[in-house]
Amino acid sequence: MTTAVITPEEIIKKGKIVFKKTGLMNDATLSYCPGCGHGVAHRLVMEVIDEMGIGQDTIGVAPVGCSVLAYEFMNVDMQQAAHGRAPAVATGIKRVFPEKYVFTYQGDGDLAAIGTSETIHACNRGENIVIIFINNGIYGMTGGQMAPTTLQGMKSSTSPYGRVVETMGHPLKITEMVATLPGVAYATRQAVHKAKLVTKTKKALIKAFENQRDNKGTSIVEIVSNCNSGWKMTPVESNKWLDENMLTYFPLGDIKK
Amino acid sequence: MEEVKLMKGNEAMAEAAIRAGVDAYFGYPITPQSEVIEYLMHEEPFKRTGMQVLQAESEIAAINMVYGAAACGKKAMTSSSSPGISLKLEGISYMAGSELPCLIANVMRGGPGLGTIQPGQSDYSQAVKGGGHGDYRLIVLAPSTVQEMADFVDLGFELAFKYRNPVMILSDGAIGQMMEKVILPDQKERLSNEEVIKRYGSWATTGKPETRSRNIITSLDLKPERQELHNIHLQEKYKTAEINEVRYEEIQCEDADYILVAYGTSARISQKVVKLGRDKGLKLGLLRPITLWPFPKNIISKLADKAKGFLSVEMSSGQMIEDVQLAVEGKAPVAHFGRMGGMIPTPSEVLDAVEKEINKI
Repeated sequence: MTTAVITPEEIIKKGKIVFKKTGLMNDATLSYCPGCGHGVAHRLVMEVIDEMGIGQDTIGVAPVGCSVLAYEFMNVDMQQAAHGRAPAVATGIKRVFPEKYVFTYQGDGDLAAIGTSETIHACNRGENIVIIFINNGIYGMTGGQMAPTTLQGMKSSTSPYGRVVETMGHPLKITEMVATLPGVAYATRQAVHKAKLVTKTKKALIKAFENQRDNKGTSIVEIVSNCNSGWKMTPVESNKWLDENMLTYFPLGDIKK
Repeated sequence: MEEVKLMKGNEAMAEAAIRAGVDAYFGYPITPQSEVIEYLMHEEPFKRTGMQVLQAESEIAAINMVYGAAACGKKAMTSSSSPGISLKLEGISYMAGSELPCLIANVMRGGPGLGTIQPGQSDYSQAVKGGGHGDYRLIVLAPSTVQEMADFVDLGFELAFKYRNPVMILSDGAIGQMMEKVILPDQKERLSNEEVIKRYGSWATTGKPETRSRNIITSLDLKPERQELHNIHLQEKYKTAEINEVRYEEIQCEDADYILVAYGTSARISQKVVKLGRDKGLKLGLLRPITLWPFPKNIISKLADKAKGFLSVEMSSGQMIEDVQLAVEGKAPVAHFGRMGGMIPTPSEVLDAVEKEINKI
């Protein structure tokens, strides 16, 4: 039996590159847990901005939550917003710099609990921004508490016996909610735990930033992600659980386009 | 040519904002300052100067819009009244921590809680002692005329950008609502994007060119050693402001035996009290702090070497009196006279209080 040996020269030969380090990602060590979807989502956002050649004209807004330090990893001008306020901060930026590209990167607690008002009203005004919404159904940064998107029966440190919808409310489908608003040009739900879905998510992000370029209104890209630490699973288990549970309640695909 | 108009304090401040070359105003209606956003929406400054005006969904959203615009190196402002300022404090603390210049006007009403829509001065401590969380200071300007409502917009932005710090105009419902003659400032050009980049590109998020590293606006540093250094830097900045930015007005203090200390509407009333007192042979004077922070403590300390007593006149239970006492350093008795809950003191009742205090000495 012979084994085909590929030399390093062959790998880096022009035309053969299938993947390279994203230009707009810094060399800083990611603060995320191994197995977490944030890293892929970060990379996709920066890849899209890089490929569109708009890095010099982009201002990002980081939230409070696991991605509070997003500005350490993304090599564009960034602002860090108070918990939930990113869409208001982005509004302020876009109103004084309408020619710039503005995006927020927010988790589910930030966007769908404490920032519900800012989210809905920025969308209702049709602010010409991109909202990237990471939904992993839990508060990761603070140690695994219940989020507005925590599934029924799902355990967290503040729903230790599982979420009881009668007393704790139902998991919130905020992307469907804002999709009903005329100001929203594009609302989609994607995931990044499989290679094929990563490609789809990238396409969705491209469409969102193109919408901003074309002044179409608000684009919201929800990315259903895992939180292996908060869910108390291995990365592999968490991706399987995501597939079997999260995606049943939060189905993938365009909600409004 | 000088443009003189009869205007409400709130309207004068709004017009002055357009003329100061402000880039954006974000606000939410609340009595007694809704005229600010009403005037701006009516004037359509986006047509006059390109200034953006937006009615936000809440005071919280409005201050965070200010945060976003200010972090771009733009001149951004908001205004509200007491309960609304409470909501803005989170954003104000973030802006102080992130060292963002902006202007916030508080047209105070009586509190606590929903309180009243009538004038008050009970947010003094909130404004000058911090208000929001963390060790920070606002530069606080206290107008006592409609003219100063207009003049302090430009001054406020000058100080805000000089120190990269939020500045507050601490007014009250009487100054905001009353009409007076005002000489309007000349129209200043808004800065172009190129000029903003030239002046503030070293720190503002204006889009990262290849020639510089990215700019980050944040108040976060998870490393306590670095966060402490940042705090030390802020405190040094505040010390510089304390040395350079104290502003006050002395009215007949030179030969005064007894001195009233008052700002805003209370200062207007106290000015009358000085006259009434002098008519009766009492040598009264008025020290009117224009900056409530930094507080004019040196002049008060100097006056305390001669004066036999002080009266802090405030439309509150007595908040500024603590700063007057600290400045007087026990050299003379310091008393307080105040009305609360939206009540405005009359000159005669203040004079009665002065006479009572003088009799005690």
